[in-house]
Amino acid sequence: MAKMTLDQLRKLRESKQDDIKRRATEGKEGQIIIGMGTCGIAAGAKIVLDEFLDQFEKRGITNISVTQTGCMGLCSVEPTLEVIMPNMPNIIYGNVDKATVDKIVEDHIINKKLVNDHVIDRPASDIVGDK
Amino acid sequence: MAIRNYILVCGGSGCESSHSDDIYKNLIAEAKAQGVADEVQVVKTGCFGFCEQGPIVKILPEDSFYVQVKPSDAKELISEHIIKGRQVERLLYNKETAKQKAGQVEDINFYKKQYRIVLRNCGFINPENIDEYIARDGYEALEKVLFDLTPEDVINELKTAGLRGRGGAGFPTWMKWNFTKMAQNDVKYVACNADEGDPGAYMDRSTLEGDPHSILEGMTICGHTIGANKGFIYIRAEYPLAIHRLEIAIKQAHEYGLLGKDILGSGFDFDIELRYGAGAFVCGEETALIQSLEGHRGMPQPRPPFPAVKGLWQKPTCLNNVETWANIPVILTRGGEWFHKIGTEDSPGTKVFALTGKIKNSGLVEVPMGTTLREIVYDIGGGITGGKKFKAVQTGGPSGGMISAENLDTPIDFGRLQSIGSMMGSGSMIVINEDDCMVDVAKFYLNFSVDEACGKCAPCRIGGRTLLNILEKITNGNGELADIKKMKDVAHAMQRGSLCALGQTAPNPLISSLKWFEDEFMAHIVDKKCPAGKCKKLITYTIDPEKCVGCTACARKCPVGAISGEVKKPHVIDTTVCIKCGACIQTCKFGAISIH
Ligand SMILES: Cc1cc2nc3c(=O)[nH]c(=O)nc-3n(C[C@H](O)[C@H](O)[C@H](O)COP(=O)(O)O)c2cc1C
Ligand code: SF4
Ligand code: SF4
Repeated sequence: MAKMTLDQLRKLRESKQDDIKRRATEGKEGQIIIGMGTCGIAAGAKIVLDEFLDQFEKRGITNISVTQTGCMGLCSVEPTLEVIMPNMPNIIYGNVDKATVDKIVEDHIINKKLVNDHVIDRPASDIVGDK
Repeated sequence: MAIRNYILVCGGSGCESSHSDDIYKNLIAEAKAQGVADEVQVVKTGCFGFCEQGPIVKILPEDSFYVQVKPSDAKELISEHIIKGRQVERLLYNKETAKQKAGQVEDINFYKKQYRIVLRNCGFINPENIDEYIARDGYEALEKVLFDLTPEDVINELKTAGLRGRGGAGFPTWMKWNFTKMAQNDVKYVACNADEGDPGAYMDRSTLEGDPHSILEGMTICGHTIGANKGFIYIRAEYPLAIHRLEIAIKQAHEYGLLGKDILGSGFDFDIELRYGAGAFVCGEETALIQSLEGHRGMPQPRPPFPAVKGLWQKPTCLNNVETWANIPVILTRGGEWFHKIGTEDSPGTKVFALTGKIKNSGLVEVPMGTTLREIVYDIGGGITGGKKFKAVQTGGPSGGMISAENLDTPIDFGRLQSIGSMMGSGSMIVINEDDCMVDVAKFYLNFSVDEACGKCAPCRIGGRTLLNILEKITNGNGELADIKKMKDVAHAMQRGSLCALGQTAPNPLISSLKWFEDEFMAHIVDKKCPAGKCKKLITYTIDPEKCVGCTACARKCPVGAISGEVKKPHVIDTTVCIKCGACIQTCKFGAISIH
């Protein structure tokens, strides 16, 4: 993208705003967002990310995107991630390791069920969210 | 049949002790009995952090929040909520009354007690993608500043907001900006203090890693307001991920024309560069930071002149902390009035704390100023680990102090923390329980300050060492009553005579420990005992022959072979060999070993 004018910036914001509300990324139906701050990575977030990619490849799942975000603030249960699937509430999982990833793929993504013992509540509302 | 509802039952240890497991089982059984087992899924979750109201049950997708649920409520939850689709009113958490009781502002998601302004994007957006920042109102404040507001408007907005610097001292941000704006000079600088060096602090790192553009936007706004075209971020080299993300963010902002020449066609030029610190705590002090930025050894300089008048290369420089910067864009999009309503009159807005130590839900929390320590420790933090007793919270790092149980209900803001002998500092909050020795904790912080002092001025250099020597003497069992007064005198001299705030505040942890926990100092000095059993020279491990069953577990665990005894006969510890490592005490299943 080249340098923008004020108008272009406003247009970009509008178009992206819908995307982020729906959390849609280019033709994908679901989204995994992994907390990858220093804390998350130290607790194994990178391994978790790789495992998702492996699992998706193995099972031929192509409609779920995997992205990263910063720290959600839930240090005691890192690594954390959010799973966003159509027609399901957005769910945050904590204490995720490779085995949990397998369960998330199997239960949550394929069978539309939550994974017991790993669901965590979002730490707080934010000002952008409650507008 | 597809699942319609998900029932989340809090499985945190606080709730677990109040029968959350029975609730979980009953809900599953009831769902089956009432024929909806295929339509609901019951899961156990991590702590919701609202343990005082537990056990907590949340039903999705409606997001109904039920509190103080009993196992016997399972039937009604299934028959009413799940089958008839009506919320069970009597169990619902009543936000309105709770809000009124606490006098909170309108839109705070109350049960969380948290409110995210600074961390608004952390954990939501991809920090390496500028589009996501822009989508969440990013760079909207910059638009306003470049095209709609005058620099005076911006300063007035900050004045109305009442934002105070989050780097520790709480200096009003609008004043600092105004001083730099008024300073006459053709070259001025903007600087960001990302040196974060307190033990236990990582708020700034998380903000930089999770939302780097908010810092860039804040700094650019400042540049336009005060008349600067160049900004520096002084960041510790030990933060490679934050550095990486900042580099990406700066590059993307350049590509979009949000940094560089003629930003958004406004004619305003601004650029930001990174500078790396080598991890000396004193370099976080503003005058030392400027020295280091210029390439000199990081030593504090006398003030005045303040950086706003003579800073980087003798030019007027506006230096703020990471968290301060992250607040700026929001204040300008939402307005100063809006911001002023959050928090307290003394300190509007929120504060991010890094909650660590002996606490269940350690983590980053952002709460409105005026939240009490009790709310942070018990409601958000879930209480003390291992069912132990709360003793104190250390806030403000090596410049701060201990807050004891007496002050758990003090609302936290800059003014009130100071009035109880602590300090906001950058926002580390370390929870201390009955297993910790306050003399030892005070020694830890003092040791840190003595190590990190630059050595330039005598009160800090000599005073710090003297205090540390006395503390060592006390923890070794050689303390005398006169030492208390001696420590107070030296501390006073340091507070009055040191050149920079490192030396001036270094005695704070000690002085506040002395104030609230004098009995512990007395126990060390008079009885030669360490009540918490931490100070090795003052404790002995013994085995109670009544309780010992002679299982030999401890003898096998002891790394120096200090424990002897025959099988099934009481064992004994040879205190001349014992190194007081505590391995045995953790091994004994019969509670036979104790510390005296
Ligand atoms: C020893 C010492 C260390 C400091 N470390 C930091 C730090 O790591 N980060 C920070 O923002 N401020 C730190 N400060 C405070 C700064 O000197 C300065 O007050 C602050 O960066 C100003 O920003 P603010 O007005 O936004 O709070 C430190 C002060 C002292 C005396
Ligand atoms: S108070 Fe301590 S750290 Fe500050 S200038 Fe003096 S010796 Fe250096
Ligand atoms: S572990 Fe406890 S019970 Fe066993 S020998 Fe040691 S003191 Fe006795």
